[in-house]
Amino acid sequence: MPDDTLLNQIKDPANRPNPYPLYARLRQHPVSLQDDGSPDGVWVASTHGAISSLLGDPRVSSETLPPADRPKTGNPITDFLIKPIRDRIVNNHRPFIFRDPPDHDALRSAVMHQFTSERVQGMRERSDRLVEELLDAKRDVRRFDVVDDLAYPLPVTVICELFGVPREDEPKFHEWATQLASALEPDSLTNDETRAKNSRTFDAIAGYMGDLIKEKRKHRGDDMLSGLANDTTPDGVKMGDYDLIATAVLMLVAGHETTVNLITNGLLTLLRHPDEMERLRADPGRAPRVIEELLRYEPPVQFRLRRAISPIDIAGITIPEGGDILLLLAAGNRDAAVFPDPERFDPDRKGVRHLGFGGSLHYCLGAPLARFEAESALTALARRLTSPRLVEDPPPYRAGAALRGPQHLHVAIEGMGD
Amino acid sequence: MSDVAALTSDSHAVVVGGGLAGLRGAEAMRDAGFEGRLTIVGNEPHRPYDRPPLSKHVLTGLLPPDVTRLPSDLDGDVEWRLGVGAASLDRGARTLRLTDGTTLRYDALLIATGTRARPWIHPEEERLPGVFSIRSRDDAASLRAALVARPKRVVVIGAGFIGCEVAAVCRELDLPVCLIDPSPSPLGRVIGSAVGGLIGAVHEGWGVEMRLGAEVAHLEAKGGRFVGVRLKDGGRIEAQVAVVALGAVRNTEWLDGSGLSADSGGIDCDERGFVTDAFGQPDPRIAAAGDVARFPHPLYGGRRIALEHWGHAVAQARHAGRLLAGDASGPVYGAVPNFWSTQGDMVVKSVGLTEGADAVAIVQGDPAERRFVALYGRAGRCVAAVSVDSARWLPAYGHLIETAAPFPPAEAVTDRPSRKIDILDPGFA
Amino acid sequence: MPTTDDSRDPTPLRVSVDLNLCQAYAQCCYAAPRHFRLIGREALFYDPAPSADARADMERARISCPVQAIRVEDPDV
Repeated sequence: MPDDTLLNQIKDPANRPNPYPLYARLRQHPVSLQDDGSPDGVWVASTHGAISSLLGDPRVSSETLPPADRPKTGNPITDFLIKPIRDRIVNNHRPFIFRDPPDHDALRSAVMHQFTSERVQGMRERSDRLVEELLDAKRDVRRFDVVDDLAYPLPVTVICELFGVPREDEPKFHEWATQLASALEPDSLTNDETRAKNSRTFDAIAGYMGDLIKEKRKHRGDDMLSGLANDTTPDGVKMGDYDLIATAVLMLVAGHETTVNLITNGLLTLLRHPDEMERLRADPGRAPRVIEELLRYEPPVQFRLRRAISPIDIAGITIPEGGDILLLLAAGNRDAAVFPDPERFDPDRKGVRHLGFGGSLHYCLGAPLARFEAESALTALARRLTSPRLVEDPPPYRAGAALRGPQHLHVAIEGMGD
Repeated sequence: MSDVAALTSDSHAVVVGGGLAGLRGAEAMRDAGFEGRLTIVGNEPHRPYDRPPLSKHVLTGLLPPDVTRLPSDLDGDVEWRLGVGAASLDRGARTLRLTDGTTLRYDALLIATGTRARPWIHPEEERLPGVFSIRSRDDAASLRAALVARPKRVVVIGAGFIGCEVAAVCRELDLPVCLIDPSPSPLGRVIGSAVGGLIGAVHEGWGVEMRLGAEVAHLEAKGGRFVGVRLKDGGRIEAQVAVVALGAVRNTEWLDGSGLSADSGGIDCDERGFVTDAFGQPDPRIAAAGDVARFPHPLYGGRRIALEHWGHAVAQARHAGRLLAGDASGPVYGAVPNFWSTQGDMVVKSVGLTEGADAVAIVQGDPAERRFVALYGRAGRCVAAVSVDSARWLPAYGHLIETAAPFPPAEAVTDRPSRKIDILDPGFA
Repeated sequence: MPTTDDSRDPTPLRVSVDLNLCQAYAQCCYAAPRHFRLIGREALFYDPAPSADARADMERARISCPVQAIRVEDPDV
């Protein structure tokens, strides 16, 4: 019998800096039932083969969120009239990462229709400039925090500009996004306090978004939210307000909470592999390989949740109908059956089919943004930092086990070049 | 069973066939460590090029016909004999005679001579100006020129994949087009008329005229030019351009007299990939790959099949190249057959073989949305799947086919929570 | 995107995409928008002979393909 406490050990913050030995132990069984505090446990898939197969399995649902059930307030009008309506709206208009076909496909295609390569290309150039500006501001310091000074503000600015969120409103999102991102952590589903907080946060951000959408209908801008609020796709999809709010919130939260980890984990990894840092400095053309290997080696999203809607036979076991599934993407990325010498950071690997962005229907929509933001940031850091070193290794980590990355990454430098 | 001949750096390996399979087979020999002389013989005057764009983007004009040369890591270490074909094979003397009268002696030979377009039944009619087929880049260039002249109507004879692709191109170019086939639907022979009919409805929506259940008797001429087709039922369709898309025949005639077991259906191979003679004995110096190779497929009980698929040409040629270079360590070649076809802005893909299927069901998606997966069963087992704009689901069905899972599948899928699926007759004539 | 032969690089990169593998993730279209385009939901159109100055974008496209379906030959490497 596999050790069923491994998932709980993974969630333990003490193991945040290096969960990989635990992942290796999980991989001894491609799919294993792990204790997660719920009566039935959760089926954890940890090999590349098992994860890939489940990602593309039509019997695996992404509709994993429990029914909305916001806390009662004691006010009968709120609790018996408003609450059921609000709960129903939330249930019926989940963002598309928590939806299955055909709804998922329609919603995602509406976003893809706005997420044009021209728009993305424009943001790529913008990202290069933003990185230089953010680093210019640290020109005279000898120590800075890569998270607060670069890795967080860069993707946040990009996603806000892409969606046409006014810059002055951005600080509000910081708090909202951190709270809502906890919905991707397994315990948020069972912890009443977290759920209550998430409900309140969602109401606040949804209220803001609803107003912004109205504004975009009155005064159309050149941004994605204006496009989504006003246009119909070639397939005839035009999002209703509730779906649009849920989608916009998803995109904004994702933009705040994921790429920050890619950039920070990236610099951390390069500082731990100074030869690779030097090679990137000498040849910025290596950046795409470095980033693809980072997505394998230290993926920003370590795992995602799913549910079996039919019994699924896989790797010698049967996941029962209704079984919760945890796809441990970061473990699959270090599967020796697919990646020789998997614990080695090696940007020169050939034919890397990593799981860093998931796969199949729910492949990360923001992947192109993550890639070019990381490229802007890491090439500039490699070029401009003189003798960088980690002040603290391992650095302090953020709370999340799913969205895993340093809380701060203090780097000491001898200078900042151009 | 004879042993694999060991090649040395003094050996000469010859590849007959300058297409995708020949190129990938030659690369595989190098990858497996073969350092001797390597010659590729190709009967077209061009380096190996990619054919799928010829019936699509070359015809629409998005691509010039001569830009699809295939990427390769073979460099100067290959001798090219282009514009010359194989004429005959003398296995005793280990020599290959070429159409220019020269001979090549080989220590290892890879046969990848592929196919050519199946000719129209009346050769004199096929030579008429205005009548085209598509196999080579020169064919595609000629047809493109004819389409640019904006004919009043194009007839496409044969509603297989190439025929459907050409019909879709004509509509993209806003040219009237008529698709003629004896089956009750397009693609009827390959995917059956149940699913073929769904594809046909899409073509009709694009404005393709369908003449189904109809056969062409003659291509008619006036003043030495093609002017229309006469159907077997006596009907007549006027057109200025005819595209003959009746499938392909395999280039094996040059093997007559070689003692190898070959005919218009391909050249027989053993389970390793070596070609066999009339008595089933393998020749350990000769392998075949791509469209021309008829090999025992482990998924189909060792029955010999030949596949005209792009991915198969690549994978099997890699296998055959390694085999000839002395690396017989790999597993028996038996990839699940798969292919794709781009028709206008619609992508049709398939895994498995529909041959002999007795049932089909739309298991995901919705034909009304032009987005679905059809799963085929034979004697209660999954044998093939066809996807329309649903490629990401296909690997899951490939797995059901590889493992011969029960048909119909009993489980709910995300967009069919009720588990209710209708089983249809696939409609193979 | 290519138009006529005259405008083309005489020693271009050579590109092919295994469209059996392709699942229309469109990462190449973002990495190299001048050379890859999705038509409809999943019909990928690509330039099989982009000029050598597209090298960096083609490398991004090749590396980022989730199913590793893109093959590029660079005459200068």
